[in-house]
Parts: sequence; structure tokens; C-alpha cells
Amino acid sequence: MNEFVTLMKSELVITVIIFLLLFIKLGSGMKNGMLLLVIQNLLLLNLVIGFFFNAEGNLFDGMFHTTALIAFQKSILNLGVYLISLLFAGWYMKSEHLAEFFILLLSALLGLDLLISSGNFLIFFLSLELATIPLAAMANFDLEKKISSEAAMKMILSSAFSSGILLFGISLVYGATGTISFAALPVLLDGSPLQIMAFVFLITAFAFKLSIVPFHLWTADVYEGSPIATTSFLSVISKGAIAFVFVSVLYKAFQPMHEVWHNMVMMLSIITMIIGNLFALRQQNIKRFLAFSSIAQVGFILVGITGNSIDGISSVVYFILIYVFSNLAAFGVAAAISSQTGKEKIDDYKGLYKTNPWLSWVMALALFSLAGIPPTAGFFGKLFLLTAGAANDNYGFILIAALNLIVSLYYYLRVIRSIFMDKNEQPVEKINIHPSTKFALIICAAGIILVGLMSWIYDYIHTLG
Amino acid sequence: MNLSLLILIPLITAAAVLLMRNKQQVKWVALVGTAIQLALALVLLFAYRNEVASGNTNQFLFQQQYEWFPSWHISFHLGVDGISVVMVLLTSLVVIAGVLVSWNIEKMTKEFYFLLILLSIGAYGFFLSLDLFILFFFLEIAVIPKYLLIGIWGSGKKEYAANKLALMLMGGSALVLVGLLGVYFSSEVRTFDLIKLSHLNIPVNIQMICFPLLFVGFGVFTALFPFHTWVPDGHSSAPTAGSMFLAGISMKLGGYGCLRVATYLMPEGAKQYANIIIVLSTIAILYGAFATMMQKDLKYMNAYSSVSHVGFVLFGIGMLTKTAMTGAVIQMVSHGLMTALFFAVIGMIYERTHTRQVNEMGGLLKVMPFITTLLFIVGLCSLGLPGLSGFVAEITVFMGAWEHPDAFHRIATILACMSIVVTAVYILRAVSRTAMGSVKESFAHITDAKWNERLAAIILIAGILAIGVAPFWINDLIKPGAEIIMQKIMLVP
Repeated sequence: MNEFVTLMKSELVITVIIFLLLFIKLGSGMKNGMLLLVIQNLLLLNLVIGFFFNAEGNLFDGMFHTTALIAFQKSILNLGVYLISLLFAGWYMKSEHLAEFFILLLSALLGLDLLISSGNFLIFFLSLELATIPLAAMANFDLEKKISSEAAMKMILSSAFSSGILLFGISLVYGATGTISFAALPVLLDGSPLQIMAFVFLITAFAFKLSIVPFHLWTADVYEGSPIATTSFLSVISKGAIAFVFVSVLYKAFQPMHEVWHNMVMMLSIITMIIGNLFALRQQNIKRFLAFSSIAQVGFILVGITGNSIDGISSVVYFILIYVFSNLAAFGVAAAISSQTGKEKIDDYKGLYKTNPWLSWVMALALFSLAGIPPTAGFFGKLFLLTAGAANDNYGFILIAALNLIVSLYYYLRVIRSIFMDKNEQPVEKINIHPSTKFALIICAAGIILVGLMSWIYDYIHTLG
Repeated sequence: MNLSLLILIPLITAAAVLLMRNKQQVKWVALVGTAIQLALALVLLFAYRNEVASGNTNQFLFQQQYEWFPSWHISFHLGVDGISVVMVLLTSLVVIAGVLVSWNIEKMTKEFYFLLILLSIGAYGFFLSLDLFILFFFLEIAVIPKYLLIGIWGSGKKEYAANKLALMLMGGSALVLVGLLGVYFSSEVRTFDLIKLSHLNIPVNIQMICFPLLFVGFGVFTALFPFHTWVPDGHSSAPTAGSMFLAGISMKLGGYGCLRVATYLMPEGAKQYANIIIVLSTIAILYGAFATMMQKDLKYMNAYSSVSHVGFVLFGIGMLTKTAMTGAVIQMVSHGLMTALFFAVIGMIYERTHTRQVNEMGGLLKVMPFITTLLFIVGLCSLGLPGLSGFVAEITVFMGAWEHPDAFHRIATILACMSIVVTAVYILRAVSRTAMGSVKESFAHITDAKWNERLAAIILIAGILAIGVAPFWINDLIKPGAEIIMQKIMLVP
């Protein structure tokens, strides 16, 4: 019993919070402001608890396992969720169903936590579904907007499709090897054609979830239509968690087939970077823009994954930690502007620096970090991904990745140029930033600057791996 | 001498600038900070000379090493040899002059000075670092400030120029990055440490791939033909202090990188590709000179002439002789000072006449004798008058180049020499049209230079004269560094 509590600590805490929210919703007429404060503090508590009482071990005959690295990965997700609860305060205050939104969000988080800890394909599939279905409901949360329902519809259809592919892949794995346990899989893999086919189906399912090209087509519409809190959860938390589990499945369960997946991941990485970048060049809507740029970012994560070493794991985890700060800061600024003025176009940001210098600098920091320019943390994140990927002496591939950095710099600079250089007769008016949004943006900005310069954070991740 | 101070002082200055409340405070804080930095650079110069005089024969002095990302074997490793001492001194001279000439900037003063000093941190760090990772880190730090300085405070097609510059330099650093990773993984040791790498003898097949990547990557910063196209747009659109920094220091980052990283670590590669470097740099020298002849805008003139002059740096490196390499470094310093002064003078003229077109000026010597005299001095330095730094640098490069007896090197040297004639033509024409003749009515009541402009000019001219009149001190500083690089090249069969 005691082992059960310590190992499944983070899942249990989230479950308790979900039930608390249910009771609050049913039993009290709490106003949004108070409710939001309660939720934020509960999530902060969740984040803090994540750092203590960590144990390693297996439960349920290896179905569920946890290590120090997995606990750290869960803390990254908790941090992201806490920041999301702070950042979009303006939107939450207007919402009529605040408690429900967070119940759904936490259910998704619970699913993602279980997903990271999953030890075989059964719980892997179940937790993935648990993470996906609430997300579709969250995408539909702007109830009065048609585009939001469209987003939910696209999301649920593409998820269902990818679940089908995943299940087919799992059944082929079972058929080829006779096991669905990650730990038992490596000794049974010999690279037979059936196993390779099973693996192709599995990687396709992952590609759907990570919006890797050519399985990315749902991403932009869903990101644009969903409320911005959902979009940021999708692009940061859910993507991060799936990247974590993708790394561990490839590195552990499919290690004997690394020659097969190395080339596949490399190809996917190249087209993902190129297509993501090319589409991001032309976007006008800031949410769509960030959606395509996040597709390109996943391409870079794949570069690190091809490293197939401890450096690969730690650079991916490190990059996602940085990505949480950078991307959430960008979404936070975009949300603060759109919730007051309704403006979401990049052209609307012209002359923003005149009226909102503080928001402009935060946005600039976030974009420079996403582009990977020092001294922001994004520089270190990107560089380490590339270094991890270069360990196999495939310099042509690294050169393509490095050249893609230039393309991505071009479109990030386009936003910077709108904010700082372009003249505008009627710039966005002075934005009243909600105090909790401001607090979260300060955390993000500090994270963007410090996570890179303080090298012990990376070394800590490295020792965990 | 604590080298971290040279990075900390600008950092503190930049932070202090952000905290100031009004423009006056901002300007004075920036000036005091950069003056302290200049003093430190001079202290470094004398401390280095003392160490060497007292018999310290280490290649890099005043080394400091702190752990940074130990799991990647990266450390914050600083150290200087004669070449870096000179480059640090150049940077501090140009930066303080830049602060002084920007005294009247009205638009977003605080941000301007903050970015300018941030830019200088990149240069200081780059010249001091002995670890290739932090070298790259500092190289890239400068991208944002350059982009914003041109885009916000620039003139003309500033957004276009800013974009072009940022993207081309980023392209250069992308190549550098891949080259550095190649060097990093070339041995089992996996290190970015310059000193360790220099003892490791990188395998020849890796040198053949990584040398061109690194040389071209750094070459983009140094206007290596055909990657020079950002120079004219970038330099002419930037605000005065921005152009001074870009041409005076930023282009030298590339030259220094070509020498210190590419050539030093990969002698076989250098030997293999030397002829290509010579051809490309000769084209840059001649092309830049002829393109300058066609320009009517003073800033474009100086930008194209920078392409030509910086061509001598790569030309000197490509010759692979000790003398030519020493000349290349002197040319970096000389051109840095000269071009910074030239851009400063153009800025002063533009502020008063509101034009940069040579045809629209005339008789300026009568209304602003001080500024026009500066223009004379800088012009003469540019065409290589003995007694000024340009002469010392170019003659050293040519003497080094002439050490090769074969026809290829001789022809290249003769072609490069011809650019001096072209330089004389465009410089004399530009100076005579602006300075001589009758004064236009609209220019009748222009005033001469103010104290800040005079001070900036005097600081830069002091440097130019110090090299021009007494070249031995800079020669003594640079030569040992060039010698060590050459020793490795001589070992190549």
C-alpha cells in the first residue's frame, strides 16, 4: 500500500485535485476569481509535491514504472500546467465553466502522467486516450464560436484515426513478438519485416500526436480554433509528454531496431523542419504562426532523438523544459492582447512597442528563445539537440538542421519587426495585464534567461538520465 | 589581470543603463562604463607586455577556467595572446568612440545604449574565449543587437538591410556550428577547448570537410566574396555608431575566427584550400575597390571600400606566411580604427548637411575645418599613406605575400596591389568634391565638431597614429601568435 502511494504520488495528487474541484463545483457557489485562486494554489501545491518523496520502482507487474527522470519529466508538465493556470487569467475570468475546464485539463494531465510512466502497450494506449478525449472537449470550450467546434471535431476525428493506427500497430507487435511489455520487447526483436511494419504503424501514431509532417494537417486548424489556453496545453504540455514517451519507447523498447528507426526519424525530422518552416513563413494569425513554428520545433526535437545516447534523452528533456517557458510566454502575450482587443493578426502587433514596451520585450525574449539565439535558453536547447544528433557523424543532416535555423529566424524576426520597427497609426492600446498573468510572464522570462546560463540544470538532467 | 572583468564591466554597464531614469544619466553611465573598459584594455596591454618581457613563454596568458556544462566537456575558458590583446583594445576604442558620437541620439536613448553595449560584450567575449562553445555563444549574442540597431535607428531601406544582415550572419554561424561540431566529434576526447584541440591533430579527412565550413562561415562575417552582399546594405543603413561597430569590429570577428579557429586547428585544410582563399579575396579586393568608384553616397563608398580593405585580411591569411599573417592582423586593427573614424565623420557631416551624396556637398573645409581635416586623415590612411596605420598593414601583407616565389602568388599580389591605385582615385575624388570648392548657401552657417565628436575622433586617430608611426609594438605583440600558427602549418608536408 505504502509503495503504491509513493510511486503513484503525482497521479494520486492530481486525482484528489480533480475530485476537490468536482465537490467545489457541486457544493458551493464560488465566484470565478476565488475559484481561480484556489485552483492556482492547488496546482502550485501539486508542483511542489512533485519534487519530494520521489521513489523508483514498478507497480502492477511492470505496467507502471517510475524513475527519477520520469519524476522530473512530470514536474516539467506540472510546471507548465501551473503556468497555464496563471497565464490566461483574463480568459478564465470570463468563462462560465471554469471548474469544468480545469477538471478536463487535469484529466488530460493525469493521462499524460500515466503515459510517461507506462510500462506496456496496454496502459500506454489507455492513458493516451485519457489524455486525448478531454482535450477535444477543451478545444470546444469557446462555446459561442463556430471555429472552436470545428477545432474539436477535427481533433477528435484525427485522434480517432491515429488511435486506430496505434491499435493496429500494437496488435502487430503482439502478433510478431507475443508480448506487449516494453521491458520484454527488446530481446524478442530481430528486425523481421512484420516487426518493421508494426513499428511503422506505431511511429505513425506518434507522428500524429506530435504533429510530425506529413501527419500534421490537423494542427494548425485545431490550434487556431481552440481557446488559447487549450492551444498552449496542446502545443506545450501534451507535445512534451508525448516526446518524452517517444524517446523512451525508441531508446528502450525498440533499441535493437535502432538502425531502422534512426533513418526513419531522420527523414521525418528533415521534412518536418522544412515543411513547418515553410508554412510558418506565410501565416498571418499569431496562433497559426505559433502552431507551424511548433511543428518545426518538433523537427528539431527529432534531431536530438536520432542521437540515440544519454545525451539524446537529456537534451530532449532540457529542450522541452525551455520550450515550456518560451512557448508559454509567447502564448501568454498573445492571449493578453487578444483577450482585451480581440486582435490576433501579426500585422496588428505593429507599433506594439510604443504602447506596451513590457509585453513587447517578453514577446521578443520568447521569440528569440524559440529561434535559438543567445543568451536565451533556446540557444542552449537547440545547440544541444544538434550536438546530440551530430554524434553519429551525419553532418549533412546537421547542416540541413542548421540551415533551417536561418529560415526560422526569418519568420520570428518578422514578428519582432512588426513589434519594434513598423509604424502604425493605431497601435494596440495599453493592455491591462491581470496580476497573475504578469507574475507568470515574469517566471517565463526569468526561465528563458536563466535555464540556459545556469548549467547545473542541464547537468542535473544528465545525471538523472 | 582578471580577464572576466573585461566581460563583467560591460555587463554591469548595460544593466546600469537600464536602471537609469533620464537620457543624461544614460549617456554618462554608458560613457563612464566604456571609459573604464578602455582603461582596462590598456592595463591588459601593459600587463601582457610585462609578462612577456619577464620571460613568460606560455601561448595564452591570464587563463581562467570555470566549469560550464561539464557533461558536454564545456568550460568557460578565457585567455589572451598578443592577437587577442590587440583586438580587445580595438574593440574598446571603437565602442567608446561610438558612445561619444551617438551623444545626440533622441529616439529611445536608453535602448540604444543598452544594445550598443550588449553588442560589445559579444565582441569582448569572442576575442577572449579559448573554448569554442563560448566563442560561438558570444559570436551569436551580437545578432539581436545588430538587427535591432539597424532596424530601429537606421535610415533608408533599414528593415530590408537589417533582415539581410541578420539572416546572412546567421547563415554564417550555421556553417560555423556544423564545423565546430565536426571538430568536437573528431576525437574521442570530445572537447571544445582550443588548447586541447590544437594538440590533438584533427584527422585530415575531417579537416577537409570542416575547414571550408568554418572558413566560409566566419568568412561571411568578413565579407568573403561572394558572401559580402550584406555589407553595403547593412553598413549604409545602420546608425553611425552601428556602422562603426559593424565595420570596425563585427567584420573582424570573422577574420579572427578564420585565423584562430579554422587555420590554427586545421593546418592541412588551410594548406589545401589556401589558393581558393587567395582567389576569392583578390576578387573581393578588386571588386570592392571598383565598386567604390561607382558610389556617390559616402556611406556606400565606405561600405564597399571596407569589402576591399577587409579582403586584405583574408588575403594575408591565405598566403600562409608569418609576415602576411601578422599583416592580416594589423590590417584588422588598422581597418577597424580607420573605418570607424570614417563612419563617424560621415555621421558628423550628415548631421549637419543632411546629405550623404558627394555631389551635393562642396567647400566644407571652410565651414567645418575640424571635421573636414578628419576626412582628409582617414582618406589618406585608407589609401595607404606612410605614417598612418593603413600603410603599415598593407605593406606587411604584401611583403609576406611576396615570399612565395611562384607565379600564382605573384600575380595575385600584383592584382591586389593594383587596388591601391583605385583606392587613391576614389578617395581623392571624394575628398576634393566634399572639401574643396565654393560653399553652398545652405551650408553657410554649419558649425564645426562639438566636444564629444572631437574626443571620439582624437581617440581613434591616436590609435591610427600609434600604429602608423611606431609599428614595432603591435608587430611584437602579434608576431608570436602568428608564429605558433605558422609552426603548425610548416609541419604539414
